[in-house]
Amino acid sequence: MSPKALLARVLERDRGRLLAALIARVGDFQRAEDALQEAAVSALVHWGRAGVPASPAGWLLRAALRKAIDGYRRDATLARHRATLAVLAAEEAADPDPQTIPDDRLRLIFTCCHPALEEKTRIALTLRSLCGLTTPQVAAVFLDAEPTMGQRLSRARAKIAAARIPFAIPGPEDLPARLHSVLTTVYLIFTAGYAQGPDAGIDLCTEAIFLARLLVQLAPDQPEVEAALALLLLTHARAAARTGPEGQTLPPSQQDRGLWNRGELAEGRQLLDRAVARRAPGPFQIKAAIAALHTQDNGPDWPQIAALYARLYDAEPTPVIALNHAVALAESGGLAQALAQVEALTPELDGYQPFHAVRADLCARSGQTGAARAEYARAIALAPSPADRSFLQARLGMLG
Amino acid sequence: MKYLLTLYAAPGAEPAPGTPDFDAMMGEYFSLSERMTGTATFLAGEGLQGVETATTLRKRAGRVETMDGPFAETREHLGGFYLIEAADLDAALRFAAEIPAARYGSVEVRPVMDY
Repeated sequence: MSPKALLARVLERDRGRLLAALIARVGDFQRAEDALQEAAVSALVHWGRAGVPASPAGWLLRAALRKAIDGYRRDATLARHRATLAVLAAEEAADPDPQTIPDDRLRLIFTCCHPALEEKTRIALTLRSLCGLTTPQVAAVFLDAEPTMGQRLSRARAKIAAARIPFAIPGPEDLPARLHSVLTTVYLIFTAGYAQGPDAGIDLCTEAIFLARLLVQLAPDQPEVEAALALLLLTHARAAARTGPEGQTLPPSQQDRGLWNRGELAEGRQLLDRAVARRAPGPFQIKAAIAALHTQDNGPDWPQIAALYARLYDAEPTPVIALNHAVALAESGGLAQALAQVEALTPELDGYQPFHAVRADLCARSGQTGAARAEYARAIALAPSPADRSFLQARLGMLG
Repeated sequence: MKYLLTLYAAPGAEPAPGTPDFDAMMGEYFSLSERMTGTATFLAGEGLQGVETATTLRKRAGRVETMDGPFAETREHLGGFYLIEAADLDAALRFAAEIPAARYGSVEVRPVMDY
């Protein structure tokens, strides 16, 4: 394998560990990034000439540390850097050949997902720093131009330094909220993966599952973390069955269960059981429980699902959760209550395609044919794909 | 590291003076720096009189222009500030969360320039 190809592979696999280890020592996110970049450039030259080292990742870490020290020396007139410089130089002298790179990725995830950064930035920074995506790849996820994404990432690192966002695992009082922020970012990466077409270069669902597994490994015995991984696995298990033969999106109850990944389902259920047994409930445990109920062999337990959505709404009072609750209510025989709940969501969800599709269906089942027709028209106009449009048109046709 | 915390609230959002809620709120403000020992150090802080007492000044082409009112017409008005010393942003945010204005309005947390 050419040095260039090997370097690309090492960076893709180890960027997270290397970056985290560097930030821990160098004390500055941007300096650590720059040092790693310079080390990579250096690697291309040296590995080409002297051959590939036994531990490429170790080589990169050592080289990056030296680049960081050089950087601090150039700025050594600034008194505040002298302390860092002394610590770094001592470390470099003491451990000239770091074969094992300690895992500081948990601190890195908490930094990337800090609430002081906006949601899009958290996702972008996490994908870049922990998943080893290149800046162009991250830009493609958001359909942004590469320089725009580059600027977003630079500004984020500058803010982390300027506002002094700490490179640390939050203390016990802050941990639940901060963990929720991390898990939500991971979940958003997963759902973005679901929205991606089949032509997407990077499978974000795979990246999200990687992050969730990393979190389970680095932050063990945390029920919300276990539940988040369970949720991703239970959802991903149904990926192959999500689109029907004509290309329309199918809800779990209409999917071909033969296409479900039994291994992911089993692992998801096991993780969920483990999480719930710790008796510390939380929103991700509820979401995972709902996902698990959708995959039961004898059909979804709609009253249970409705009850869980009601509890989830208490923790996260969002209109989309209220909408999903209404769907479960309707399936449990509470059609009138469900319709009333959906109507009440009009100011917040008008223009949101699933809202109109749900409302159309509930109106049709309640005999409100005129309203159903109007809602189907909205849902069709907003439909994400031609297959979904024809599916809704067929239902509209059945109204007579 | 120093942070400036600026407090914003819509007029009427806070309890009116003379009410028990107002007294409770003032009690929180007065005890805040002591309660926050260990989290962050209070350096300075004041409440400001209302925006109707504000004057805004600009100097353009050597000419001083004064305007009656705050720098910008916003829904939430600048009502006060804290200057604190904190180890990192998390400590500063913990302090900010204890400020009563965070419940009635918004608190902006910004690091002070380190020249």
